[in-house]
Amino acid sequence: MDTSSMTKKELKEYKKQLAREEAMRKIRAQEKTPFLMRLRYKYLTFYFLKQVIWALFRFVLLVGISYVILQPYISKIASSFMSKEDFTNVRVLLIAMNPTLDTYKAIITENDYFQALFNTTILSVLCGISQTLICTIVGYGFAKFKFRFKKLLFACVIFTMIVPHETIQFSMFMKFRYFDFWGIWDGFRNLLINLKDMFSFDGGVGAWYDAMVAAFAAKGIDAGFMDVIFSNPAGTIYSFGNMLNTPLPFAVLSFTGLAFKNGLFIYLMRQYFNGVPDELEEAAYVDGAGVIKTFVRIILPMSVTMMVTIFMFSFSWQWSDTFYTGLFYTNNKKFILLPNIVKIPSTLDTKYISQAAYETAIRNTCGLLILFPLVIVYLFAQRTLIEGVERSGITG
Amino acid sequence: MKNENVAVNASAVAPSTKAKNKKRKRSGSLDVQKSRMGWVFIAPFLLGFFLIYLPMIVESITFSFNNTVIQPGGYFLEPVGFANYSYAISNDPAFVTTLVGSVKELVFNVPAIVIFALFMAVLLNQKMRGRAIFRAIFFIPVIVSTGIIESIDVQNTLADAMQQVGGQEEGSIGGGGGAQIITAMDINSLLGGMRVGGGIVKYVVGLVNNVYGIINKSGVQMLIFLSGLQSISPAIYESCFIDGASAWETFWKITFPMISPMILVNAVYTVIDSFTTKTNSVMSYISSVYKSGNDEVSTAMSWMYFLIVVVLLAIVSGVLSAYVFYQRKDT
Repeated sequence: MDTSSMTKKELKEYKKQLAREEAMRKIRAQEKTPFLMRLRYKYLTFYFLKQVIWALFRFVLLVGISYVILQPYISKIASSFMSKEDFTNVRVLLIAMNPTLDTYKAIITENDYFQALFNTTILSVLCGISQTLICTIVGYGFAKFKFRFKKLLFACVIFTMIVPHETIQFSMFMKFRYFDFWGIWDGFRNLLINLKDMFSFDGGVGAWYDAMVAAFAAKGIDAGFMDVIFSNPAGTIYSFGNMLNTPLPFAVLSFTGLAFKNGLFIYLMRQYFNGVPDELEEAAYVDGAGVIKTFVRIILPMSVTMMVTIFMFSFSWQWSDTFYTGLFYTNNKKFILLPNIVKIPSTLDTKYISQAAYETAIRNTCGLLILFPLVIVYLFAQRTLIEGVERSGITG
Repeated sequence: MKNENVAVNASAVAPSTKAKNKKRKRSGSLDVQKSRMGWVFIAPFLLGFFLIYLPMIVESITFSFNNTVIQPGGYFLEPVGFANYSYAISNDPAFVTTLVGSVKELVFNVPAIVIFALFMAVLLNQKMRGRAIFRAIFFIPVIVSTGIIESIDVQNTLADAMQQVGGQEEGSIGGGGGAQIITAMDINSLLGGMRVGGGIVKYVVGLVNNVYGIINKSGVQMLIFLSGLQSISPAIYESCFIDGASAWETFWKITFPMISPMILVNAVYTVIDSFTTKTNSVMSYISSVYKSGNDEVSTAMSWMYFLIVVVLLAIVSGVLSAYVFYQRKDT
């Protein structure tokens, strides 16, 4: 540094700093221990040993449990590539000697895989989105507003959570077979029939139905909903509101927050919104936003993580669900869903000595094909999913 | 509705405008407004619950006291009193034994699942390499194993039972069950010197052989515990570390009390979950009765089972809530 250009004061300061640095260097030199000594202090201690042992133990444990979780899938994947001969071969355990894709090909071509995949995707995505939205809205309502009977109504949510739908499957079936709200719909039907009697169409109810459809068609309205109101128009049975074999039961259950485990979703959302500070909304109110505007513009964007979590749950549970689809799609030839593809394709010749093992492998391959798209979605969403649940901060 | 509310809330800020003043008089204070909006928000659930769910529940209970006769144009009910219930209890060959066995299994499984989930959550919460991968693997069962794999496994065992020819089983390694990991002998030799009863040995053997089921069932519980662990302030752990507490002491004195509300939640959730899954023996028995055409009896069975589980839930939550520690009781 050029000391000549400095003033006296600056020079003094500079010298002071030099002296300080010198002192620091001396102290550091005193503190410096030999390299080996430092190694010993760092690594040959009880604390470090404990850490290493714990890390090893933890790693082994986690790998072991991961193996237990993944093992069924590994063996299923392995056996899905095996050809017929491999099942009689004693030496084949996991890796096929004659690897083949025939099982996959047969299932995809013969069991209408893509049709089922398409149907299931549409159904699951729609159910997932509607359930997520409804549960978010209801959860927000329970978390942030004060109104009478709130505790009682939330107890109702818990109640829907703990009564399994299997318990009420018979009445659920009846509900959607003869759909009605406390008899209101039925009364409406009677009113219509009375009207029909008043205007006295010829040819009985069937002709009346045809006349109605024609009237709607003349006005350019699709009369498809008539099928829902009056099922089986051509036959003799005029039962009301048959929703079976349509996606309507799913829509009704999803839009009212009653579908599979929606009580749990409402609970999770409520917990999450309880953790959101009230000041945020108050600020929005002061700025002149209404309740709905605040919800749409402020609350929804900040709870995307949580909503992804709920969506993943509802989506994947709907994806592999057999209970509701089995209950509501009595005729699964018409609307094929992924769980329906589990059957043995006829081109695969299974009649030989290890038939059971081979058929098991084929069914497992069907399962793999069903789960494969789900796993892909999970891999993309898992980070957000886990983050979302961590953020919910559930407390008792 | 929306516009009106925006206007009213704005009127709270700028009450000078005449038109808005009128509206405010009609719609009351902000609190009343907000409570009204609360009803709007929970309306979907309210509608669903009172228009669809409650009728279904009422109907289901009525069905269990009646015989249903389906005929063209609808169905009618024939009241039979408690006949369905007494049939299920005294005449049905397997119901009571399945019920008792299932409740026993539930009582044994719940602590195992909760403890395992807590242990794994504590492990997965620690900082280490590959944590993201392990977490991803551990939550696969939550996503994947719901209905389909189970139903395929059931089909497989059915098919196996139907054609017990040929001992070749190489391909059917899947399913996770089957092979016993350890036997009672191993545990006996391990616990032999400790003078414990045969019951405990049996329990431990059952647990270890059921480890696949326990891991598969504890996914959601693990997530709940993880979220609880995340909400504990790291400052508390820091002060413990400075005071010289060991990891063991920290766990029992800090983590355990702080997470005890989650233990209650998880125990309740586990009871509900394991009683509603399809692999549950009572559930599958009831649905087999349902499929055989005995709808009313199956409904009666379901409600009896439900009552038993509600009693169990009450016991579990009653016992556990005595030990739950709440950090702050402000809500």
